[in-house]
Amino acid sequence: MITKEIEFTVNGQLITLDVDIRKSLLDVLREEGLTSIKQGCGVGECGACTALIDDIPMDTCMYLAVWADGKDIRTSEGESRDGQVSKVQQAYIDAGAVQCGYCTPGFIMTSTAFVEKYKGQKVDRDLIRKEHSGNLCRCTGYETIVCAVESCLKD
Amino acid sequence: MSVGKPIERLDAVAKVTGKARYTEDFTLQGMKHAVYVRSDIAHGMVKSINVDEASALTGVRAIFTYEDVPDILFATAGHPYSTDPGHRDPYDRNLLTKHVRYEGDEVAIVVADSELIARKAARLIKVEYDKLPVLNTPERILADDAEMIHPTGNIVGAHEFVVGGDMAEAIKSSEHTLENKYSTAMVQHFHLENHIAYAYMEDNENITVVSSTQIPHIARRIISEALDFPMGKIKVIKPYIGGGFGAKQDVVVEPMAAFLTLKMGGAPIQINLTREECLSCTRTRHPFLGTAKGGIDKNGKLTFMDVEVVSLTGAYASHGHAIAQAGGAKACTMYPRSVIRFNATTVYSNMPAAGAMRAYGTPQVIFFVENMMEELALKAGIDPLEFRLKNAGLPGDINPLNKKPILSHGLKECLEKGRKLIDWDKKKKRYKKFKDGTIRRGLGVACFSYASGTYPVLVEIASVRMALVQDGSVHVLTGATEIGQGSDTVFAQMASETTGISTDKIKVISTQDTDFSPFDTGSYASRQTYVGGQAIYKTAEKLKDNILAYAEEMTGVLANRLQIVGDKIVLIEQPDKTVVTLKDLSIDAHYHKDRGGQITAEVSYKTRTNAPSFGCTFVDIEVDIELCKVDIKEIINIHDSGKIINPILAKGQVHGGMGMSIGAALAEEMLIDDETGKVYNNNLLDYKMPTIMDTPDLKCDFVETEEPTASYGNKSLGEPPIISPAPAIRNAILDATGVAPSELPMSPKRLFELFKLEGLI
Ligand code: FES
Ligand code: FES
Repeated sequence: MITKEIEFTVNGQLITLDVDIRKSLLDVLREEGLTSIKQGCGVGECGACTALIDDIPMDTCMYLAVWADGKDIRTSEGESRDGQVSKVQQAYIDAGAVQCGYCTPGFIMTSTAFVEKYKGQKVDRDLIRKEHSGNLCRCTGYETIVCAVESCLKD
Repeated sequence: MSVGKPIERLDAVAKVTGKARYTEDFTLQGMKHAVYVRSDIAHGMVKSINVDEASALTGVRAIFTYEDVPDILFATAGHPYSTDPGHRDPYDRNLLTKHVRYEGDEVAIVVADSELIARKAARLIKVEYDKLPVLNTPERILADDAEMIHPTGNIVGAHEFVVGGDMAEAIKSSEHTLENKYSTAMVQHFHLENHIAYAYMEDNENITVVSSTQIPHIARRIISEALDFPMGKIKVIKPYIGGGFGAKQDVVVEPMAAFLTLKMGGAPIQINLTREECLSCTRTRHPFLGTAKGGIDKNGKLTFMDVEVVSLTGAYASHGHAIAQAGGAKACTMYPRSVIRFNATTVYSNMPAAGAMRAYGTPQVIFFVENMMEELALKAGIDPLEFRLKNAGLPGDINPLNKKPILSHGLKECLEKGRKLIDWDKKKKRYKKFKDGTIRRGLGVACFSYASGTYPVLVEIASVRMALVQDGSVHVLTGATEIGQGSDTVFAQMASETTGISTDKIKVISTQDTDFSPFDTGSYASRQTYVGGQAIYKTAEKLKDNILAYAEEMTGVLANRLQIVGDKIVLIEQPDKTVVTLKDLSIDAHYHKDRGGQITAEVSYKTRTNAPSFGCTFVDIEVDIELCKVDIKEIINIHDSGKIINPILAKGQVHGGMGMSIGAALAEEMLIDDETGKVYNNNLLDYKMPTIMDTPDLKCDFVETEEPTASYGNKSLGEPPIISPAPAIRNAILDATGVAPSELPMSPKRLFELFKLEGLI
């Protein structure tokens, strides 16, 4: 097994790890206890494993852990602080966009990046859809997810 | 008062923060991983199997083949046990098989230190087969000289009923009749969390299985049957589950996980299927092929409907013929004043096994019926909506199948509400000018009926235990399973409604553990709020009585003068006067040296009614003839599910079902080669599960009837929303183009063929 030492920030914390170079970022984050990173397909089709890497939503199942060296990673766990959920997380709850919850952490990260990117701008439902098209959900028919994102951009 | 309110779901924060733990999120020290060796042909006998190279791989701990598993046939369907041997599901599976019956069948299994090693080893195992003919069309499967897929023959079940009058007379009284052929496709549940389970032993005789299952108590029984192992020594735990939609109303990996830990000295063993395995080697929806006939008299009355289907159950029966039986039965109450004939045959085939899937055979049957209704109306020259309104059931109509009156029947009101919401009458006129050219507009409608549970075909049992905690809060234990639909939250609302205790003081234990969760058969048949709701009501009544009786003992105020409001016990006449808080009462009950005890209530209740639920879909579409593409401009589902317990959760169920049905209508199908049984698209790139871009805005509304047989006036809602969108879309395509699709999905590929045939392109 060949390993490589990497240093990266996860949810604001700097960590150094010696990782198996074959491992995906999904594997490594989960081993770190960040199990909001879900595996729905393992090949970049479903988005359940989405994390923000330098604020861009990525499928961590398709991203080698060694590439994360020097990067800033955010996951759903880190979006709630001091017992307070984030604005996007609250919007998902209020809109009823959570059902089985398996797609939810991944979706929330995609929405978080979206909301940060388009803050203060006028966006329509088509754009919301377009930029969430890498995340699959089978429970909600996406309706309430689009509503949740819309509500985050309202005020 | 809590019922009817949009209470936030109990597990919302756990899920948005990603802290909710699903089966894969639990690990045990030394856990090993098991991977199946799957057949690469669809039908044949294993001739030889060579494991030498795989065994030599570092990290491989054990390999078991079909020769190593118990010689026990078992049935996997998640049904309650039937005391009538003639009514049990087919016992047609071994843990591993020599006779492979679909591409992906399980001939051996490798256990290794990691999943990666196990997969590598599985690829190194060499299997040779003697091929058998692949049978995938009804003609071949039912041919006299057809190879037998199972020793019991190729027919899994067949039945017929004629109800509501005399068929010959109904035909005679018809002004117009017609007969058309229809078919539906094999589609996939696509729950986001794949099938997964792990098992371990903590001594030499007890097995624990943790599984992503809808049916922990049933899973325990089936594991026990498959291994001939005492049921009381098996415990099944269900943590959070990432969707099921029926695919987990079946035992898929649990018996094997239990077998492996038993063989390996109790070591923890996990089986975690890949998405590809999940798509083609677990369960699918039964494709139906057949005909629908119908008649209309000169007054616009539906005289009869007659549906004949062959249902393909695939390589193993799983839920088998029960699917066609349920589908036929549940479709009987929407137009109950006509003669209804239903004839179904379920056959094995060399395809992935079909099992339970949301609405259980009903979407298939209703696709046939509602297509036929549309064409019948057109033939008679009446508006298809008027035709449905005229024939929709009414409260007091008799369910022709069980001869019982239908107490609440809101279908007509649903149709009327939908008519307004979509602006049917105006659009009907307006779209007359969009019936030629490249871009055409059309409107469609379709109705459905469903049921609230499985009674009287199966037992409907639910059990609940409630306990007052020292701090005055209440714990609710139920065997009914939260699988994302929101049942835990709804149960908390019901318990609150009946006891008076506020919902934030009620904790529904979300994890089922068959060692201590009261017996309930689980999440399926849209049964939980209806059947589980009765048990919640009865338990909550008891708990309230026990609390008030103790308050009387403690304070001397008579119990019949008291009520619970929020976290206090107050005088009925003076609700602002606190007699004792629940917390003080509970502390006293637990710790007073001379009186009291833990205050609990427990009820196990069998529901012996089954209320039909109803609804319809209205859809407004645009068809691009050149691109053969359907664009949904507006789609609305309207439901009569009785009283709505939680409007946010209810809407969520409707949206989800609509999304799945739109997928089935326009894109989704498992592509299987008739000749070889090869599955072409068991991955998400080629299996077209709708993305957010493919799904239009979804609207819904409710007609809130009051169902007298339910404790809270409610009826089924989980599955019904998936039933009517597909036929409504199909009817809108017919309205827009004059072309009548008869097969699902109505993908551009299929529409191209149809439009070409009809000379549109
Ligand atoms: S698990 Fe990464 S995209 Fe599906
Ligand atoms: S909430 Fe279940 S997959 Fe999205």
